[in-house]
Amino acid sequence: MTLRLLPYGERALLIEVADHHEALALYDDIRRDPPAGVVDLVSAAASVLVVFEDEETAGAASRTLRTRTVPRVDRAVGDLVEVPACYDGADLGEVAASIGMSVEEVVRRHETAEYVVAFVGFAPGFAYLTGLDPALHMPRRSVPRTRVPAGSIAMADEYTAIYPQESPGGWRLLGHTRLGMWDLDRQPPALLQPGMRVRFRRVTR
Amino acid sequence: MTSGTVEIVRPGTLTTIQDDGRPGLARLGVSPSGACDRPAYHLANRLVGNAPNAAALEVTVGGLVARFSHSCWVAVTGAPAPVVSAGRACAPYGPVFVPAGGELQIGVPAAGLRSYLAVRGGIAVPPVLGSRSTDTLTGIGPAPLQAGQILPIGDTAAGPVAPVDLVPVAPLPQEPVIEFQPLRRPGWFADNALDALRDNYRVSPDTNRIGMRLQGNVIERARQDELPSEGHVAGTIQIPPSGQPVIFLADHPVTGGYPVLGVVRARSLPLLAQARPGQRLRLRVT
Repeated sequence: MTLRLLPYGERALLIEVADHHEALALYDDIRRDPPAGVVDLVSAAASVLVVFEDEETAGAASRTLRTRTVPRVDRAVGDLVEVPACYDGADLGEVAASIGMSVEEVVRRHETAEYVVAFVGFAPGFAYLTGLDPALHMPRRSVPRTRVPAGSIAMADEYTAIYPQESPGGWRLLGHTRLGMWDLDRQPPALLQPGMRVRFRRVTR
Repeated sequence: MTSGTVEIVRPGTLTTIQDDGRPGLARLGVSPSGACDRPAYHLANRLVGNAPNAAALEVTVGGLVARFSHSCWVAVTGAPAPVVSAGRACAPYGPVFVPAGGELQIGVPAAGLRSYLAVRGGIAVPPVLGSRSTDTLTGIGPAPLQAGQILPIGDTAAGPVAPVDLVPVAPLPQEPVIEFQPLRRPGWFADNALDALRDNYRVSPDTNRIGMRLQGNVIERARQDELPSEGHVAGTIQIPPSGQPVIFLADHPVTGGYPVLGVVRARSLPLLAQARPGQRLRLRVT
């Protein structure tokens, strides 16, 4: 299928696709072989935004990109990151009760899945991980917390994530990790980037 | 060779260090940031012979007082503010000489919101992820300036100080017209949604480097749910459930999920950056 391009202002093109699998595959494809003048690429839940230097390069690229297709989705090819997880989150009990499972079952299901970073947003290094067991899908809290500590492992809707810095947040807290998600002295500072795979490994602290 | 330092005597309401920002880091969740009124910032640098992307100060509604250890050339552009160098009134939009130990004052601008102070040699704080810009959304880059802070000045300039007394610039309009290109994505807005733009909008006090809220006619959405999160740029106009537009500026989040009405044209972004809370503006489809 050829790409559906939506001019997004003068200097960007929004390409809408079916889901984050296609978005990631397309993001990868454009990243490997970018049209001239690309300044940034934003992979998101079901789209890729391609930002250009100016109107001219955006216009030229809209003609060349139109001939491309959504690449075949090649799952689970990114680097694997193992995240030590201490399941001691403040919302574990409430999550378990509201979906009618034991806390142990919630943890087991969260821990056994393999996740893929669909996109990064909300805050630097905040990676939206897909692959969460559908039985665990729950909307975010109706009243967000004003302070969620850095390293909190949380989930909302079909995503799980790790808060890179302390921030306000409405996701449901399952536990924490000591692994640093964001470090300006590291190159690159974000541990998780689109396409990477993530597994949680249970630890006691 | 040292080019000295500049001491922030009074920072005013909000003064940050800005350059061309950090484009290209969306995969890390980092916004582009950078000077909000880019042409004004580039002009300030050109006037003092800097490379256009040398770090300068973005002064919000004036009020900055700064003291220079060595004599140097500076220029103030953007929101036209009264400039006083060592007790002598000077014009904005031209190179201004500050003697060693002299104090530079930038008053409250008669119009506009953000003035740019470029210093010959540039502000030489260490870059973070390739830029010296303060990103007020994420806290990346230097913190907003505080009284008593001392900033190093660089010792490299790109060329001579501009051989002009001042450059003419168009005055900021009373009621700016912000041109935007609608996003042609069917289904999210009522058929007559753009009729709301017949009247002007007031810039809300709830406005900063991340975005600007507008108050005025409600833009009718056709559906109340959110989009799957998607990428944003400076100038994205999104319509939250209230129907009151929010326009993103330099420190915008990388992704978001409210439906997008359109994207502001590049030529209107500087006008947007200079619109003050309480001021009225028009949104126009072009």
